[in-house]
Amino acid sequence: MDSALETMDNKELLKVENLKVYFPIKGGFLGRTVNHVKAVDGISFSVFEGETVSLVGESGCGKSTAGRAILRLEQPTAGEVYYKGVNLTSLNKKEMRSTRKHLQIIFQDPFASINPRQTVIQVLEEALLIQNIVPSGQHRQRALELLDTVGLKEHQADRYPHEFSGGQRQRIGIARALSLNPNLIICDEAVSALDVSIRAQILNLLKRLQKEFQLTYLFISHDLGVVRHISDRVIVMYLGRIMEVADKKSLFEQARHPYTKALLSAIPVLRPSQKRERIVLTGDVPSSLDPPEGCRFHTRCPYAQDICKTEVPELRSAGEMKEGHQAACHFFEDIYAEAAG
Amino acid sequence: MSSVEPILQIKDLRTSFFIDRGEVKAVDGVTLDVPKGKTLGVVGESGCGKSVMALSILQLLEEPGKIVGGEILFNNVNLLQKSEKEMRDIRGNNISMIFQEPMTSLNPVYTIGEQISESYRVHQNMGKKDAYQKSLEMLRLVGIPSPEKRLHQYPYELSGGMRQRVMIAMALACRPDLLVADEPTTALDVTIQAQILELIKDLQTKLHMSVIIITHDLGIVAETCDRVAVMYCGNIVEQADAEELFERPRHPYTAGLFNSLPRHDQEKEELEAILGYVPSPIEMPQGCRFSPRCSYAEEICRQQNPDLKTLDNTRAVRCWIYSDGWKGSKEVAYHG
Repeated sequence: MDSALETMDNKELLKVENLKVYFPIKGGFLGRTVNHVKAVDGISFSVFEGETVSLVGESGCGKSTAGRAILRLEQPTAGEVYYKGVNLTSLNKKEMRSTRKHLQIIFQDPFASINPRQTVIQVLEEALLIQNIVPSGQHRQRALELLDTVGLKEHQADRYPHEFSGGQRQRIGIARALSLNPNLIICDEAVSALDVSIRAQILNLLKRLQKEFQLTYLFISHDLGVVRHISDRVIVMYLGRIMEVADKKSLFEQARHPYTKALLSAIPVLRPSQKRERIVLTGDVPSSLDPPEGCRFHTRCPYAQDICKTEVPELRSAGEMKEGHQAACHFFEDIYAEAAG
Repeated sequence: MSSVEPILQIKDLRTSFFIDRGEVKAVDGVTLDVPKGKTLGVVGESGCGKSVMALSILQLLEEPGKIVGGEILFNNVNLLQKSEKEMRDIRGNNISMIFQEPMTSLNPVYTIGEQISESYRVHQNMGKKDAYQKSLEMLRLVGIPSPEKRLHQYPYELSGGMRQRVMIAMALACRPDLLVADEPTTALDVTIQAQILELIKDLQTKLHMSVIIITHDLGIVAETCDRVAVMYCGNIVEQADAEELFERPRHPYTAGLFNSLPRHDQEKEELEAILGYVPSPIEMPQGCRFSPRCSYAEEICRQQNPDLKTLDNTRAVRCWIYSDGWKGSKEVAYHG
């Protein structure tokens, strides 16, 4: 892990600055905007070339919205997204479309995002045609190569999406994302719908492709086991804000934020004999329509004090925390010292 | 098999779906025991027949599904010989079930209070007032904050975790002896999942229930179950006490499942995936159903499906490796 970080020439591929995505709620007599769902509320982070950064959190934390806003599939309300220094939020539609070939996305259910009336090869050829990557005479050849890359056979090329199982469909989704030679692939819950034995196949495929094509992944997931396997760095989100960011090892072994700790302790372990101390959070995630003031987590935090209800904690580092490890909590030093001592 | 007396015994259960293209044997000869006061986990991937088995216990199958053979003994009485009227008495009173998506199992046009008290009014002929009082107690028991208020709310006003608590309250209203929970936490977030699993465990001790948890998540099984049955393509391939199973899986499929999981305590560059895909239920492979994906498979595996064989007192495995005639290695690799 460490060596992977060092060999990476820290070239910033993607930079997200103070990104906000609000969805208006219409209502009332004249259908005016009465409120906003603050899905993503001011997040900043960078993704470096060749690494896998995971966005984790529970449903409604804004991780998927953040991923979509980066590609401008969702219009950001505020903030900037830089890809190789170019501000994506300032591009017009045409410029954005041609930039999008470098930035691809894989969804949870590829079936929902593939035209059911097209055969697999037509799906792939269409992507090649629109972005005009290879000469038109070579489209079929290139599409067959892609199928081979993701482990599908030539005789399956003329089949329709419904003839494939979930794992195979995800392979088609990956092939389509790869068809445009992207640099960055956003994997939005890409393996969440798959069975354990198939999930392992797809995770292995993603890792292999990353090496082969020098891909950078932004991996959006709620599954911490998978995240631990695939990531170099991890960003933990809660109600539209970043709670903690760290390299994988620090996050899983030395988490500072009480929310991260609760999240980690909620993962079931595979050994019935090793029962652990589990932090069971009380209550539900509050609505992002009306998020709590101050620290968003204070309503469920076992350590919350008065200041947490009024003042928003900034992401910060302290003491012997590894470079790049930051947490947004007023008291993480005390909490960490108490747990260690 | 188990030292504790079973509350439920399933013997050679067969459930099929009769569709135009033929018979789909969703559950094909399942035999298992649920020990009294304990939790049995039934684990398997999608399409293995675990949910159909659960529905068969309560005879809640819809056309074209049909139980075609076997016995389901509840306290030594065969449920398959009961009339529909008798079954209706058993459901809710003696055996209850909760499902994955509580929103679809709750009626959207009735309040929470009306839905819980219905159990009392139907099963125990209680008056409206008493039933409400009882419902309030139930909501308190499952840890719903301000239960007086919730009683008068509709399902859409509750979060996913709260709805699942309401489902549990409804299922346990008449204090059943057996609770069948089909993927009870799959639709929930991890922190809420932890709450619900704790709740089920807690209530089990308080109410002396037996529980069957149907899940695809091995982590949940490890944390909550005393005994485990692993299903693959309508068969049980391995059955053991949870601790032993996780210590040393014997069936190549069970071991394969464990090996393919990302581990929190181990760094692995590559996961050991199980090769291939689950076969289509219409074209089941000859012989052992797992043989096309099994790296240990020999000629006999492709010809004949092995029986579920008892290995020691508490474990049973459906695999040729443990038969006398097996020439190959008897060691199934597991990197636990």
